[in-house]
Amino acid sequence: MSRLRNGLLFVALLAFALPAGAQTKKTGLGRAALAEEIAAWDIDVRPDGAGLPVGRGSVKQGEEIYLERCAACHGEFGEGAGRYPVLAGGAGTLNKENPDKTIGSFWPYASTVFDYVRRAMPFGNAQSLTPDETYALTAYMLNMNDLVKEDFELSKENFAQVQLPNAANFYDDDRETTEKAFWKANPCMKDCKPEAPRILGRARALDVTPDNKSGPRVE
Amino acid sequence: MADKPRSEPLDRRRFLKAAGLAGAGAAVASTVASGSAGAQQTPDPLITEVQDWNRYLGDGVQARPYGSPSQFEKHVVRRDVEWLTVSRESSVNFTPLHELDGIITPSGLAFERHHGGIAEIDPAKHRLMINGLVDKPLVFTMDDLKRMPGRINRAYFLECAANSGMEWRGAQLNGCQFTHGMIHNVWYTGIPLKTLLDEAGVKTSGKWIMPEGADSSAMTRSIPIEKAMKDCLVAFGMNGEALRPEQGYPVRLVVPGWEGNMWVKWLRRIEVGDEPWHAREETSKYTDLLADGRSRRFTWIMDAKSVVTNPSPQAPLKRKGPNVLTGIAWSGRGAIQRVDVTLDGGRNWTTARLDGPSMPLSMARFYLDFDWDGRELMIQSRAMDDTGYVQPTKHELRQVRGVNSIYHNNGIQTWLVRQDGEVENVEIA
Ligand code: HEC
Repeated sequence: MSRLRNGLLFVALLAFALPAGAQTKKTGLGRAALAEEIAAWDIDVRPDGAGLPVGRGSVKQGEEIYLERCAACHGEFGEGAGRYPVLAGGAGTLNKENPDKTIGSFWPYASTVFDYVRRAMPFGNAQSLTPDETYALTAYMLNMNDLVKEDFELSKENFAQVQLPNAANFYDDDRETTEKAFWKANPCMKDCKPEAPRILGRARALDVTPDNKSGPRVE
Repeated sequence: MADKPRSEPLDRRRFLKAAGLAGAGAAVASTVASGSAGAQQTPDPLITEVQDWNRYLGDGVQARPYGSPSQFEKHVVRRDVEWLTVSRESSVNFTPLHELDGIITPSGLAFERHHGGIAEIDPAKHRLMINGLVDKPLVFTMDDLKRMPGRINRAYFLECAANSGMEWRGAQLNGCQFTHGMIHNVWYTGIPLKTLLDEAGVKTSGKWIMPEGADSSAMTRSIPIEKAMKDCLVAFGMNGEALRPEQGYPVRLVVPGWEGNMWVKWLRRIEVGDEPWHAREETSKYTDLLADGRSRRFTWIMDAKSVVTNPSPQAPLKRKGPNVLTGIAWSGRGAIQRVDVTLDGGRNWTTARLDGPSMPLSMARFYLDFDWDGRELMIQSRAMDDTGYVQPTKHELRQVRGVNSIYHNNGIQTWLVRQDGEVENVEIA
């Protein structure tokens, strides 16, 4: 493996590693974060329920809030208005030609719904929902996906009991074993194909290339 | 300033209509001029007559206090595909790779991906908090960050995991800007994340960090503590100046070699925890759905990949004879060691010349100077990194992953150069 073969300027890998190992000396920069400051920003929620605020909300309450603050984009039944994200349906489609990845069909954890809606929705007016409203909306979206009954109320206490059907179907990156074949010692250089290559498909046949016109205007 | 750019990109549809779809090659082959310019019959007025710029004074200094590209380069811009996304605040545009050279992406051309628009933040009002499993939760101002010892500079590529995501089922978009333009490579200035984490003192139970953005999407991702301590940066500079607003001004996270979504912009908080958070961007999005309906998660590393940027659909061949083929290659596992190029659809390969530094987790630039005799070409490039990973074909990728994963498509790209010099995105067997 002659590193100079290609006339490369190889910068030694080591030079790029950061000073590792021992803790660096404290600088004293920064100041202690106050409890109120941490509480204001630390709003994340984990699958085990860590981070959930005190509160509760029912499917019924959620439906009302949803129709008022979410349905315009996500559709009355979570079907998605226009190209806004679809929030419900899609069960049994994940191994089909056009998988429909929704909270019900795809998402592994209900905590992600709570965490995401709390931090980022409604789009354009983020972090405007109360904890109770967020519980209610989460309950309603679970109901839209037939995962809880209409009289269900979600709370900090019963949150961990909600299991989503696709949770077991995620596994950690295994490319280094399942794609081991991509570490090829000597890729072919000469006469690699017996026949002349055939064209299987052309982008222009699908006609989805953006017009030059669709680019941003330049002033 | 409504000046028309001098060399407007070809209007492909009009061109195709004029040429007639079938058998276009032979009919218009004559539009490709042959090799050298040939003998000049009459004197060139550009030489024999004094030109305006040659006679009159130009702008003085300070006419352009912050310089911008020549008026003749106005077509070199980021572009988007409007039908791809529902709103421009939650969308992406693409780096014009076919107009660039070398390995550094100019700041104003680095592609953008936002989930809640561009946050405009006064640096005096920005705070960065570290909390969770640390001895002492801390708040830093931008002034604090700029006083931190151990500031460093590094060049890294940032590739969106969805780059080439449209191409899983077959050739879709005509132009490397659109097929491969969700990547940029810039110099970052900042401090190692480790410095900040050490300042707060990570408890031994701290195994993960969760960076969070200050924008309206409050982006979060889970990152293992080993990566955070190894080479992540808290960066406030790019290409020698402050970060651009669309790249996270005043401060962003840099996660070398790993998918762009993790490089949280407008970084306002880092929480240390003992387990991952399973945020929306690592469950609903950025997981790789395989053919059997199961999904890979935490597929952070961007595998070795390359693309020929010239010729490409937006940059057709104009002349026979000497031509410069060029492109870029990168790997999230290390440095690019070699790039091979084929002109005959993969039957025979030639090792391209790498020029400029090939640094770990940074883009490399390759060239193949060749003579074009006007024949149809099927051009591909194949990157190899210093772990021995060889960029796979799209077919090889699909064998393992199916066509539904959206993310991490690092398959070999094919450009068909027709006899008229026009270039198409195709798939071949
Ligand atoms: C103005 C339109 C709009 C409104 C109103 C809106 N959303 Fe959204 N929603 C979006 C967009 C756009 C996204 C995708 C954002 C992105 O790209 O990150 C989204 C994403 C989501 C997602 C994640 C979808 C997925 O598959 O990953 C959920 C859940 C969600 N919204 C729930 C809500 C709820 C609950 C409300 C009401 C409180 C709401 N939204 C209101 C536009 C809207």
